[in-house]
Amino acid sequence: MTQPRTLLDKLWDAHEILRRDDGASLLWVDRHLVHEGSHHAFAKIGQKQIRVKEPNLTFGVLDHYVPTNRVGIQIAPSIPRMMQTLRDNAAMHGFKLFDLTHQNQGIVHVIGPELGLTLPGLLVNCGDSHTSTHGAFGALAFGIGATEVAHVLATQTIWQRKPRAMRIKVEGTLGPSVTAKDIALNWISLLGADGARGHAIEYAGSTIEALSMEGRMTLCNLSIEGGARFGMIAPDQTTFDYVKNRRYAPQGQKLEEAIEDWSDLKSDSDAYFDREITLRAEDIAPTVSWGTSPEQAVPVTATIPALENLEAPKAEAAKAALEYMGLEAGRPLIGTPVDQIFIGSCTNGRIEDLRAAAEVLQGRRAVIPGLISPGSLKIKAMAESEGLDKVFKDAGLEWAGAGCSMCVGMNGDLVAAGKRCASSTNRNFRGRQGKGARTHLMSPAMVAAAAVTGTICDVRDLLSGKTN
Amino acid sequence: MGGWRHLKGITAYLPRANVDTDQLIPARFMSAPRSEGYGDYLLYDQRRDAYGQLDPSFPLNTDKTPSVLIAHRNFGSGSSREAAVYALVDAGFQAVIAPSFGDIFSSNAVNNGLLPLRLDEQDHAKLVVCHKAKSDLPTAIDLDTCQLRLGSFECVFTLDETSRLKLINGWDDIDMTQQHLSSIEGYIERACNITPWAWPNGVK
Repeated sequence: MTQPRTLLDKLWDAHEILRRDDGASLLWVDRHLVHEGSHHAFAKIGQKQIRVKEPNLTFGVLDHYVPTNRVGIQIAPSIPRMMQTLRDNAAMHGFKLFDLTHQNQGIVHVIGPELGLTLPGLLVNCGDSHTSTHGAFGALAFGIGATEVAHVLATQTIWQRKPRAMRIKVEGTLGPSVTAKDIALNWISLLGADGARGHAIEYAGSTIEALSMEGRMTLCNLSIEGGARFGMIAPDQTTFDYVKNRRYAPQGQKLEEAIEDWSDLKSDSDAYFDREITLRAEDIAPTVSWGTSPEQAVPVTATIPALENLEAPKAEAAKAALEYMGLEAGRPLIGTPVDQIFIGSCTNGRIEDLRAAAEVLQGRRAVIPGLISPGSLKIKAMAESEGLDKVFKDAGLEWAGAGCSMCVGMNGDLVAAGKRCASSTNRNFRGRQGKGARTHLMSPAMVAAAAVTGTICDVRDLLSGKTN
Repeated sequence: MGGWRHLKGITAYLPRANVDTDQLIPARFMSAPRSEGYGDYLLYDQRRDAYGQLDPSFPLNTDKTPSVLIAHRNFGSGSSREAAVYALVDAGFQAVIAPSFGDIFSSNAVNNGLLPLRLDEQDHAKLVVCHKAKSDLPTAIDLDTCQLRLGSFECVFTLDETSRLKLINGWDDIDMTQQHLSSIEGYIERACNITPWAWPNGVK
């Protein structure tokens, strides 16, 4: 009799080449995605005069440093150099590069799924912590550092210790304007930014099953913000429908055979999880971060925690965070004036996100400046064919090119010191969007609502007509 | 990269939780080649005041060059940027002691000779008390016995065997993996038959 296995077990077993006595596994890497930030890794293999072992399984894209073609933004000299370095490495090692002018250029975690490079049952690596995004397809996907990237380039394998299995179940129906982003911020605020450290999370339950692939990607993407290197969801019909007709996905009969295999990619009913928590969808509200860690988040209708209600280390961290954020403990979040907004990133830069923002902005004006950067050129084209760009521009917001943009600011799209930004991104860390920048994480619809009112507000009030 | 077994070094203390890798090295410095050295970028924006001057009250801004950093919970969380480890290593650090680390940071650290030393909350609190009582006491770390000592505080820490051996020997994973080429080839042959869909469509 075989032991019941989790989805993690099944994916791990399928990729394990060997296991050392000390417990570390050597795993086969099906897809290796690289970007400009991988330059340290290419330099490492260059020093050893090693060539990329599997250029056909290696795909490059320009995203982190890509200028988003905004008027008046200065391009640092390092930016063209960073992009050229990746071009040179792609040419030298012979792997496919999605360059600036390629119709499929975009953020690595957006284009992987779009192109069918990401599939159920694969192991996907990338030198970026948000690689957990690809787990939404039932893939084993995790971010790695530069030395590990060099190792994958050289061997197409990775040494890894198997994480413990954790399941987060979400049951029930999400309320209006409550999204995958809110599920993520909710569990991270409950368990902490290191709450899932050492674990691979499988998301399950009726709420997860009802999510679109876009929502599932947002949820898995944010796993790392709760400390988990892996997030995953068992593939189902929603997944198979998404994968169909994608450029690098199997086609026709081959796809049918693949789907048959993929249908087994789920945890056995009696599989053991080291940790399991269950959340109720109806308990989750549109959620907003108030501090400098994603764990410092509350429902938009709540107040910032009073310091005396927190345990000592958390109170100390909250005090420092509030000082940085220019906010007061115990005060309501609603009504906090915002200086600017940003919609985009590998977390919330997909078409569904843009549609949700456009629904709020339709026929309204933003009272503060804002930038919207689609996750890929494909999404940009789709949004423009739907007229979303016109909604954004009519609202007075800037519609830019595709890339990581203001989520990480490497391309010069920065938030100035002391400025408060409502952002659909993943990290409210000190200085993340620029030195001294104050970031509030929230869903794209909530960001759009902040643009309209110039304050942190509840998008549900706006959509139900309670406010304009 | 050379390895190390014993360390006795000046200790610095950073009394903050969730020091993420964006804080350890702001993104704007990461395009520099490693050969230029990353030490000056370590905690760049945290160490300076609004005018860009080094803040003398910040723990790392001393004349001494510490090699051991006592930090707090969830150190090195966030971005996978290995540059955060380069900044610590190039600034002279060989060990960071904290109750927990970001998982990717831990791997990156070991790959660059930096020990991510995990202590449970109680031991960590005792260590902090000892350091605060006499901040010029050195910290001694022995990788052979996994012992940590600072003044009157002494404990044995846990470290997985792979990480321990890599730190001691300065091993490079690529060299180790090359010994398993036949196993890798065998895996590819099997996988081609079992999961033909795992190869990208239309790519030869």
